Amino acid sequence: MRKAILALADGTVFEGSSFGAEGETTGEVVFNTSLTGYQEVLTDPSYKGQIVTMTYSQQGNYGINPEDVESVKPWVEGFIVKETCLFPSNWRSTESLMGYLMRNRIVGISGIDTRALTRIIRDKGAMQGVISTVEGDFHKLVKKAQAAPTLVGRDLVKEVSCTQPYEWHGELWDLEKGGYPKAGKDGTKKFRVVAYDFGVKKNILRNLSAAGCSVTVVPASTPAKGALALNPDGIFLSNGPGDPDAVEYAKETVRELIGKKPIFGICLGHQILSLALGGKTYKLKFGHRGGNQPVQDLTTGKVEITSQNHGFAVDLDSLKDKASLTHINLNDRTCEGIALKDKPVFSVQYHPEASPGPHDSQYLFKRFTDLMQSQK
Amino acid sequence: MPKRTDIKKILIIGSGPIVIGQACEFDYSGTQACKALKEDGYEVVLVNSNPATIMTDPTLADRTYIEPITPEMVEKIIEKERPDALLPTMGGQTALNVSVKLAEAGVLDKYNVEMIGAKLPAIKKAEDRELFKQAMYKIGLEVPRSGNARNFQECLDIIETMNFPVIIRPSFTLGGMGGGIAYNREEYEDMVRFGLECSPVSEILIEESVIGWKEFELEVMRDKNDNVVIICSIENLDPMGVHTGDSITVAPAQTLTDKEYQVLRDASIRIIREIGVDTGGSNIQFSMNPANGKVYVIEMNPRVSRSSALASKATGFPIAKFAAKLAVGYSLDEIANDITKKTPASFEPTIDYVVVKIPRFAFEKFQKADPTLTTQMKSVGEAMAMGRTFKEALLKAMRSLETGSYGFESKIRVGRPEPVFRPNEAEMDVIKSMLKTPRNERLWYIAEALRGGLHVDDVHELTNIDRWFLNNIREIIEIEEGVFWQGRQGQLSKEILRKAKEAGFSMKNLASLSGKSEAEIKSVLKAAGIEPVFKTVDTCAAEFEAYTPYLYSSYERPFFNVLTGGAPSPACEANPTDRKKVMILGSGPNRIGQGIEFDYCCVHASFALREEGIESIMVNCNPETVSTDYDTSDRLYFEPLTFEDVMAIVEKEKPYGVIVQLGGQTPLRLSVALEKAGVKVLGTSSDSIDMAEDRERFDKLLEKLDIKKPASGTARSIDEAVRIAGTVGYPVMVRPSYVLGGRAMETVYDETSLMDYMTRAVEASPEHPVLIDRFLQNATEVDVDCISDGDTVIVAGIMEHIEEAGVHSGDSACSIPPYSLDAAVIDKIRTQSILMAKELKVRGLMNVQYAVKDGEVYVLEVNPRASRTIPFVSKAIGVPLAKLATKIMAGKTLKELGFTSEVTPPYVSVKEAVFPFIKFPGVDILLGPEMKSTGEVMGISKDFGTAFAKAQIAAGNRLPHSGTVFVSVRDDDKAEIVGVAGVLQEAGFNIIATGGTARYLRERGIKVESVLKVTEGRPNIVDMIKSKKVDMVINTSFGAKSVADSYSIRRSSVDSGLPHFTTVAGAKAAALGIRAVLTGGLDVKPLQEYHAEFQGSAETTHKILSPEAARSDA
Repeated sequence: MRKAILALADGTVFEGSSFGAEGETTGEVVFNTSLTGYQEVLTDPSYKGQIVTMTYSQQGNYGINPEDVESVKPWVEGFIVKETCLFPSNWRSTESLMGYLMRNRIVGISGIDTRALTRIIRDKGAMQGVISTVEGDFHKLVKKAQAAPTLVGRDLVKEVSCTQPYEWHGELWDLEKGGYPKAGKDGTKKFRVVAYDFGVKKNILRNLSAAGCSVTVVPASTPAKGALALNPDGIFLSNGPGDPDAVEYAKETVRELIGKKPIFGICLGHQILSLALGGKTYKLKFGHRGGNQPVQDLTTGKVEITSQNHGFAVDLDSLKDKASLTHINLNDRTCEGIALKDKPVFSVQYHPEASPGPHDSQYLFKRFTDLMQSQK
Repeated sequence: MPKRTDIKKILIIGSGPIVIGQACEFDYSGTQACKALKEDGYEVVLVNSNPATIMTDPTLADRTYIEPITPEMVEKIIEKERPDALLPTMGGQTALNVSVKLAEAGVLDKYNVEMIGAKLPAIKKAEDRELFKQAMYKIGLEVPRSGNARNFQECLDIIETMNFPVIIRPSFTLGGMGGGIAYNREEYEDMVRFGLECSPVSEILIEESVIGWKEFELEVMRDKNDNVVIICSIENLDPMGVHTGDSITVAPAQTLTDKEYQVLRDASIRIIREIGVDTGGSNIQFSMNPANGKVYVIEMNPRVSRSSALASKATGFPIAKFAAKLAVGYSLDEIANDITKKTPASFEPTIDYVVVKIPRFAFEKFQKADPTLTTQMKSVGEAMAMGRTFKEALLKAMRSLETGSYGFESKIRVGRPEPVFRPNEAEMDVIKSMLKTPRNERLWYIAEALRGGLHVDDVHELTNIDRWFLNNIREIIEIEEGVFWQGRQGQLSKEILRKAKEAGFSMKNLASLSGKSEAEIKSVLKAAGIEPVFKTVDTCAAEFEAYTPYLYSSYERPFFNVLTGGAPSPACEANPTDRKKVMILGSGPNRIGQGIEFDYCCVHASFALREEGIESIMVNCNPETVSTDYDTSDRLYFEPLTFEDVMAIVEKEKPYGVIVQLGGQTPLRLSVALEKAGVKVLGTSSDSIDMAEDRERFDKLLEKLDIKKPASGTARSIDEAVRIAGTVGYPVMVRPSYVLGGRAMETVYDETSLMDYMTRAVEASPEHPVLIDRFLQNATEVDVDCISDGDTVIVAGIMEHIEEAGVHSGDSACSIPPYSLDAAVIDKIRTQSILMAKELKVRGLMNVQYAVKDGEVYVLEVNPRASRTIPFVSKAIGVPLAKLATKIMAGKTLKELGFTSEVTPPYVSVKEAVFPFIKFPGVDILLGPEMKSTGEVMGISKDFGTAFAKAQIAAGNRLPHSGTVFVSVRDDDKAEIVGVAGVLQEAGFNIIATGGTARYLRERGIKVESVLKVTEGRPNIVDMIKSKKVDMVINTSFGAKSVADSYSIRRSSVDSGLPHFTTVAGAKAAALGIRAVLTGGLDVKPLQEYHAEFQGSAETTHKILSPEAARSDA
């Protein structure tokens, strides 16, 4: 197998094997601790700008199938694994992970000590890196890694958002029978929702639909009045990549929408909402990425195991008197959810749509429809 | 809101003796529960009949009852202790069943005891097949088509609605006992009859088979706030049809997409809620159709289990400990994760390695046992291994088994080190048949088939094993092939060696594949910088820093930093300290002859080192044990116990010394090699060990000390054997040298049988001599454990065996103090033991076996190491012997430790062995020199009879209080059985006997009813046993024909669950026991009270003999 090199901005160099497209790629190197769900991770637009390493050592075991995608294509800048499986085994599998990466021109490296890499990121923080299958000079590669742009101050939303509004048709995966059921007729949906696409995952839209919403997905740049013109029952703010603080236009839009319609935000949507409310966001040392993060719902005291993927977080203190804290992360006590006391607005930092990850937080979609119902 | 304050005293029920299906894992869970609850200030009362457990150490619970785990006895304990709560979920099926009975009988209500963890309705809903099925349908989950039957007719009705094969599962049995797969009507009828008999409630579930489907398990925890987390997912390599305890299992699940995994996760959460397990852990098993992902729920255990112990070790998340905390009212978010310290327990562990568990079987011990793997568990132990890849974990697991396998050796051409690349057609047929029917060695045959050119798809067709596993094995085979050819061509490359080591190959395997020596391989690896690193088990895949050094080895590639410089090196997380440290080598997977007793000793070693301020480093690979709990030792290496793997740790840690004498044969076998490699072996020198094991050296030692042993000799050929047997005189005991647990040991009565043995059982050669000893018939066997610091020797326990010499000491019941030996003999035994310990310069523990015949004492065997009886003796005398031995090895003297005089407790302790015969239909239950028991129990009381009776009850031999006793004994035993029959008759029993015995007894004034032998027509004795007209069986036999004739008597008594005795000594003791129970009843008393009876009072202890006095006394 062809050689590949991973170089980090701090000078660390790993030599491994190429298992994707040939070439070179840069990005912020982050780790994800999910045991399952590499296909969903690859296709999550929030990973734009990032090279992802999966901490679980065996990837590609169940191959790739046409169903488990969260967007139209993989968005990661590169993929790092300990061992990749060339002979996947699952009745839904149609190709191998390696074949998929090659087909989609994603550079990947395998055979390196991903645990050592994870420990470096944990100790020093997420940093820029480069994977190359073409350059052999370690020093040059480290320089390239150092020169790669960081995420701070970067608006990546514009690179992943849709360019035209569209109607969403698609239901949740049928857990009993497998497969996606046929989309229900529009007339059967009780709520009209406008979903801002900052890099939305399909499963959010499927969940909204399953909760009884007919969803119009609009580009991130859609002005508030454009959304309101559609006369929705509620506004949804999606997840997405990059630095929330850099998405000025979205902050502006959300500021205008607050108080006009019920709003529900997830991940980047939650951060943009917080910024719109006058709060601040900051970059976490290495972020939360995985499917095992404990979050406590402060309104019920219950703990839910959540799917997460974020490198920035909302500064709790900055929201004092502006919003109330509804959810906290039990690992590091960071902000995981907020709500307004006097307006039908709430958001969470984590991913109730799961995919990949546990379904514990699905109730939030109902909370959104209840909110819309109460405002009808 | 944290812990409950309305309960103060909690009763924990243990799981009793080690049996197939219930092993050390419940010592692990019970010990964790005791510690967790005491830590929170609760008073803990414990009942467990198994003395070999850590949990029954008097320091673990506040009140420790080593009493039979029966509803009657536990009720007595409840009556005496008046606990506020009962925690029923820590002691396996045994504890759960007893708790259910106590609850249903109203005992818990009567004494106002609350069941915590799982309440009665939840237990019933999970355990009762019909209720469970209804519960699953209610929440929209499916279970295989099935029906419940309470009698044979119902079984016949149910099968009309189903297709074969069907699975038979009796209710409320452990390890799936009495279960199986029926492929046709004939098999079905036999199996349902047996199943109905096995079920304590006479109920079985008949279920349409999902054989060949994928099997998964999820470990779930729930707290009182209804927070639910999944601790671990496990995928079975062996598909449905093989009991999960007998399956090779892998964590995490490998072949599920997130969508499919979440289906199982969601289902698990729904199930634990619907069943209503309030708090704690549960294990849920699923099967999945590999063609479309359809899921069936198979079963749920509303308690901690073998799998939860595995999951705890696999992830670092201590399920039992937290389950105990949850039971007293904590919620998951109120408990801290021990390993990360900063994060709470309310999360789901994630791992960055692969875990493989592999079962260990003991079919070689049970000649007629069927090694086919079914839904009834047959394995006696297990090993677990971790690696960064499945391949690495699998190969590590295989060598952890200690069955002589260091890789995928050829099974079809045994003894050929190199892989067979082209099996011939006949061999291929054998291979295919070995794939089709699951047996204990199927894994090796998969490799053989792939080597033979069978395609992965073909192997999948034959085995239904997922292609993912098969492809990984294929990749191993490809590396193997590469090493083989490169080795043969003298061009073993760095690349292939690195690849092989990363895939988990052992050096031994690489050496035999490449045709090089292990030393050569080692030096090539070293030169190439291919060295193992150690990684941490941290519950979180390195997301947070781990504070617990729980480590496993792996091979990772080096990396470097171009800015800071330095040579490329792989990342090792071992970070050894510079403290004084001692490494303890554990005992590996449980097997017959080596089990929990040795784990007990190793754990004590760890405690002792901690007390001495020395860092303790534990090495072991058995996931069931307390020793592999990450908080038992300062550092834990979860590694195979092979020389290579142990040396890798030694080289990293550089310990001051290594303890090999506490873990049984496993570590002892390594001692010479370790010493050669410059490692300091603590305690008794290997020269002394050799002196005790080498026949000639040992004979010289005995001669010097003027100690007798049975005449013996060592034969290196058949002729020599015949000559030696002629001189020492028949009968003789024959066995191959260096064996464990009496493997291939036999008593031979004449030359013909000797010739037969020499040709059939062993192949004597100069390298493999056969030992021949005079067999002392009807001698009393005595076991002695003593402790020595090199100067002072203290005899810790003199155990008189109930069964006569010739029955393996591990299978024999025994008593402390001796119950029939006279003082002079005991003195002689004591003196000889002290003399030998001194002569061998024992530093630590020593065990001696004696035979006493006609007042004469003969030494049978000396083992200068911890014996199987150490925990029993420790509990009988209230002295932690293994702990003291460790401190001696660390440099202390017995005087400094304050143990300077022999303890003679004012009560009797009896140990009884527990056998797995019920799991092996068709196997004879006669005892002999080959050990067959899996576990042991202890009975304590003021007199021998009651103590023996308690031990019998604890072992499942419920001595009858009235009814009919069947007696049939060989001629030699007839004289002795008269007394037994007399006692029983006096106690009101009817005696029935076959011809000869009946006549003999009648002539001596016993009222006897005659019954027919099996060969004499019907209805005969077996019919009577089967129709439950007999309450106890005494049957001894001698000679091949007599043994064969009476086989069905013994077998039917086992199958009918009757107490049965196959030796006169055992029958005698039983009669005494019955009499004692009938006159005095059974009392219960905690160990702490027993020990308080003599501790501190010097009058009851013996004066210790000085060496001179010992000599003169002798």
